Amino acid sequence: MVKHLLAYNETLSCVQCGYCLPSCPTYVTFKKETHSPRGRINLVKMAAEGKINYQDMEDSIDLCLGCRACETACPIGVEYGTILESAVTAIAEQRQKELSIRNRIIKSMLLNRVVPNNRILNAMGAGLAIYQKTGLQKIARKSGILKILPENLDAFEGILPVVQGPLRKRKHQKFDSSKGKPLYKVGFFKGCIMDTMFSSINMLSIKLLQAIGCEVTVISEQQCCGALHQHSGEIATTITLAKKNIEAFEEYHFDFIVNSIGGCGAMLIEYEKVFADDPEWVERAKQFSKHVVDISVILSKQHLPFTKEIQSPVTYQPSCHMTNVQKNIKAPLALLKQIPGIQYLELPEKDMCCGSAGIYNIVKYEESMKILNNKMKHVKEINPEPTIIVTTNPGCHLQMKLGVEREGLTNKIRTVHLVELLAEACEISI
Amino acid sequence: MEQLELNLKQIITDHSRILTDAADLCSYAYDASFGEYMPDIVVQPLTTKEVSDTMKFANIHKIPVYPRGQGTSLSGGPLPVQGGIVLDLSQWNSKLEIDAENMLAIVSPGVTAMAINEAALKFNLIYPPDPSSMNIATIGGNLAENSGGPRGLKYGVTKDYVIGLEVVTPEGETIRTGGRTVKNVTGYDLTKLIVGSEGTLGIVTEAILKLYPKPQATETLMALFDNMVDSGRAISKILSSGILPAKMEIMDQASIVAVEAYQPSGLPQDVDALILIELDGHPAAIREEIERVEKVCLAQNAREVSVAKTNEEAKNLWKARKLVSPAIVRKKPTKISEDATVPRSQIPEMFKRLQEIKEKYQVDLVVFGHAGDGNLHPNIIADKRDREEMKRVEAAVEEIFKAAIELGGTLSGEHGIGTLKAPFMEMELGEMGIDMMKRIKKAWDPNDVLNPGKIFPTPGQRFELLDG
Repeated sequence: MVKHLLAYNETLSCVQCGYCLPSCPTYVTFKKETHSPRGRINLVKMAAEGKINYQDMEDSIDLCLGCRACETACPIGVEYGTILESAVTAIAEQRQKELSIRNRIIKSMLLNRVVPNNRILNAMGAGLAIYQKTGLQKIARKSGILKILPENLDAFEGILPVVQGPLRKRKHQKFDSSKGKPLYKVGFFKGCIMDTMFSSINMLSIKLLQAIGCEVTVISEQQCCGALHQHSGEIATTITLAKKNIEAFEEYHFDFIVNSIGGCGAMLIEYEKVFADDPEWVERAKQFSKHVVDISVILSKQHLPFTKEIQSPVTYQPSCHMTNVQKNIKAPLALLKQIPGIQYLELPEKDMCCGSAGIYNIVKYEESMKILNNKMKHVKEINPEPTIIVTTNPGCHLQMKLGVEREGLTNKIRTVHLVELLAEACEISI
Repeated sequence: MEQLELNLKQIITDHSRILTDAADLCSYAYDASFGEYMPDIVVQPLTTKEVSDTMKFANIHKIPVYPRGQGTSLSGGPLPVQGGIVLDLSQWNSKLEIDAENMLAIVSPGVTAMAINEAALKFNLIYPPDPSSMNIATIGGNLAENSGGPRGLKYGVTKDYVIGLEVVTPEGETIRTGGRTVKNVTGYDLTKLIVGSEGTLGIVTEAILKLYPKPQATETLMALFDNMVDSGRAISKILSSGILPAKMEIMDQASIVAVEAYQPSGLPQDVDALILIELDGHPAAIREEIERVEKVCLAQNAREVSVAKTNEEAKNLWKARKLVSPAIVRKKPTKISEDATVPRSQIPEMFKRLQEIKEKYQVDLVVFGHAGDGNLHPNIIADKRDREEMKRVEAAVEEIFKAAIELGGTLSGEHGIGTLKAPFMEMELGEMGIDMMKRIKKAWDPNDVLNPGKIFPTPGQRFELLDG
């Protein structure tokens, strides 16, 4: 049995007040207590008490986005994240053998082969770039060959960004400050999906950091942050990746370890949770996490060299992990509002997850689209209509882009990362 | 069981609103109080006809039915104690109509009080009842439990705002009570009977609620006391001086210390108690009232009285009050939140009794609440895994109720009786008092199918916080 893996004591601190309900995108969308944070905590508790089987909680746990908005809403600080991870790990352990072959292949390919492996990601990125540039994309789209993929992958194929090819992997790269003596020495954390699909954003991030006087180094030893593995219950891989990252960055003494990825940033600042039973590594993890910061925090403290007005109505979909885990709420918004000419319009219910949530939108495609439909309903309520949606995480970025496409708004609304918009306003390009 | 599901599928044709999985049944087995009872099935009706057909069917087959909102109840109101059907009305929020001309809101049962208030604000009106759970709890649940909140002092509780209802009876008939007129004395006041009946007499499927003009201005004061009994006296004196604050809330030292340890907001921790007072109305009138409130407090040995200078500052003070509940459970996980209420004049005496009970049973007792209307929230913080401690808690709670009733008070100011306080009903109402209520229940619900096991104690039922 896997009962010992469940965070039973943490479930006992829930007083079942229900204050989390309205904050939960799956409760609001699926309209059942079973898909609420309070419901999930109760199911984990009952499973730990042996009153239900672990299979009984699977569906509910599987459908959790892990956005952790409930933690922000919780008046007594129940550690939902810990409870969720424990349930995911217990379920993963139990069903290792039972996974459907297709799911097992997709998952294992994504998590164990692709994501932590720079070379494959590079190849994928390069492949994508070629695929897009040569017109193969058009042919593939027309031919229907993509239909052999599950519907979900097909949908995402339609919105893939134009890939630039990743930052160079095998070598250290150092980018000097634009202002002589550096303001900060920054180690840049580039992420995997980000570095493959959105490497241009990483490049722009580095240039913005340089523009405010930072010296930026991209160290070659860095690894995937491990978030996707952890959310899928692959704890062993998570630990390995976390150790490699901590060791790698320990070598360098940066003032800050900066990233432009809401989800990875959240994982990096919570590394200590991975090492709950390992005092030595907990300490090292804490030291590491202390230096980790989202790019918006650094940029918002300095004056950016804006040179161009962006005369557009703009809305912003915050990344859940940025809001609820990193608690970085003000900085991105402040930066956005600083852009000359901009008309900022708040997205109704902006703190609701868009449904991207790691690989949720791939493995739980239909449910994810229901959540996205709610999100797009709110986008359409904004008056005047925004022409730009700003995001701060590649997952949200792709999801919002898909939402725009599904609503037939592709010609009216573009989806950008905050960094891209800032760079545009500073007339910085790659 | 399968037959039950098949029958309900004929009534609710959207089968996604009929829940039978183990996980779903577990998810409707609890509320925010104590106890866990599995229903046989959960249905989520969205029309009066679905509710009425379900009740007709259940009544004929004598299957218990438990109406439920979002399950924030602190008294066990929606718990399916005898199995059967949970009727989840939380998703039925299709109607929220503001009739600004008549100052009314007409709503379906799943709408929240917060949503009603926000819709009303667009017309410069408010819906005054403000239970702490107002942005989660449904109006249906508020009506069933007759919920209150801090503003109850000046504006009353839910029942003071209901003038008409559509109700499905336990036998599945649909009736209307009251209407859209502010005055209505035709026949028995069934509206008032239904409100606070905890879902034992009927299921509210629509409500007509009175709205109130939005006050022009509000101000917040804080008074600090070195002696809790003095603060109780100050509360009584303010009220008898002809001023009616919108809210008057008290926090004792234990709750202040807990809040400061949780999320510091700069409250002084060396006082015995503080009271927070909100005055609302015409700005000129408020200015004068502030001065008078200050004088009264100082005359009752207040150490200091201060007025919030900005909206931000006022908000912070009220936030501190709201944080008491979460802050106190950081010590131990189990919170027994009571709402025993005494006549205002007895507040100082009740404080004294609570101190005695705390010492006698050696329990972590924290007192805060809506002192202005005598509705205190003595909260005991414990750990339900500690059986010995829980036994002491049970005894202490029992004594709190006894004290409240001896002082001319009541078992519940705003949470309802549900399953938790049923054993004490006779203590407050006497045998005949309960009997009259039971006769009413029998007349409405001859087969005892609607929310059985609530309000009335079963023979020999004792107050218990521990399972088994």
